[in-house]
Amino acid sequence: MQGSIAVSQDPAVQYLLRIGDSALILAQRLGEWTGHAPVLEEDIALANMALDLVGQARAVLTHAGVLEGQGHDEDQLAFLREERDYRNVTLVELPRGDFAVTVLRNAMVATFYRLLWERLRESSDAELAAIAGKAVKEARYHQQHSADWVVRLGQGTDESLRRLRAALDQLWRYGAELFADDAIDEHAAATGLGPRWGDLGEAWEAEMDALLADAGLELPKSTPFVSTGKRGVHSEHMGFILAEMQHLQRSFPGGVW
Amino acid sequence: MSARPDRVGKAWQVLGTVLDPEVPALSVCDLGIVRDVIDHGAELEVVLTPTYSGCPATEVIEESVLGALQAEGLGPARATLRRAPAWTTDWISDEGRRKLHDYGIAPPGPALPDGTAPIRLVRRQPPIACPRCGSSHTERLSAFGSTACKAMYRCIDCREPFEYFKPL
Repeated sequence: MQGSIAVSQDPAVQYLLRIGDSALILAQRLGEWTGHAPVLEEDIALANMALDLVGQARAVLTHAGVLEGQGHDEDQLAFLREERDYRNVTLVELPRGDFAVTVLRNAMVATFYRLLWERLRESSDAELAAIAGKAVKEARYHQQHSADWVVRLGQGTDESLRRLRAALDQLWRYGAELFADDAIDEHAAATGLGPRWGDLGEAWEAEMDALLADAGLELPKSTPFVSTGKRGVHSEHMGFILAEMQHLQRSFPGGVW
Repeated sequence: MSARPDRVGKAWQVLGTVLDPEVPALSVCDLGIVRDVIDHGAELEVVLTPTYSGCPATEVIEESVLGALQAEGLGPARATLRRAPAWTTDWISDEGRRKLHDYGIAPPGPALPDGTAPIRLVRRQPPIACPRCGSSHTERLSAFGSTACKAMYRCIDCREPFEYFKPL
């Protein structure tokens, strides 16, 4: 079996891993819907959004490997790390849940990514800025599409509203982690690599507030709870995702399509 | 090896015959993803800009481009990736738009300038004309189609479904 790689703790590399890993793990969750979505159109939509996210993750992880300078490529970074070395936010690793959980999480994450990619177009790192220039357009479609569904479920039947409300109760508390800054954010802001994620919080909440109002829901109260995935401390769900994701590369080292 | 006369011009001609694997009505030049062809003497460099981050056709396109140049004796050639500026559907040529239409895919409208796209919920989109009968009496069936770059529509007048190449 292929052993794990050790990843640099360099703050710029860590900042990129947070971006790439959150896209990668959400893509894995969305991929679970392939062949199982409630209608064919959404099956295709979820798979297409997963594909965009995988593409973004590939570009960002490849670049993280270059900055790291230890010769790690996208596949090694995606498949050969230990759980604590993944830097995705906890929100994206939660089980896919029902369709309401899926579309609400997509709306929360796509809104965040759209705001982040917009800012990253101005990154002092030319490659990251170039990746962002493409990704922001994709995130815009993802946000539009998932927000449409949030409104549709909110204004749909009693059952769809009940499910959306349950999804909000479950997911909302995980949003706080996105905006909990630390030394990685400070370093990125100081070097011009990218914004402190916390700087996006106000705009994110305003857009989510408008969306939830359209759907007939209120913004839940904030709680002291802050999840810790982007610091490598994950929920109990993460190990299961990695077991599935890593199986092939661990069993057949260096295998490619 | 010295530069061959008009190697670049011939290369552009050859590239005009390399079709996109997912939208085989269009050549890679119609699509606007070939950004530059540079003759370095020893080898020819083709600069490509990917359409979507996750587009699975990117690698196939690279292989077809290099294969076609080799076959015409214009090689050795290599492909390089240029991410910035990001590809936009505005780069699809007029010829490309006509080919899309004839192929039954409604060509994309203008892409919104970066950063100014209003995110409106359940937005009303301008009507998309049916590529078969020209009617604007159409409706969207699905935001995503057979590939990420297209949406599914149906014409309410002639009853035919069709694809719309989304502005990006």
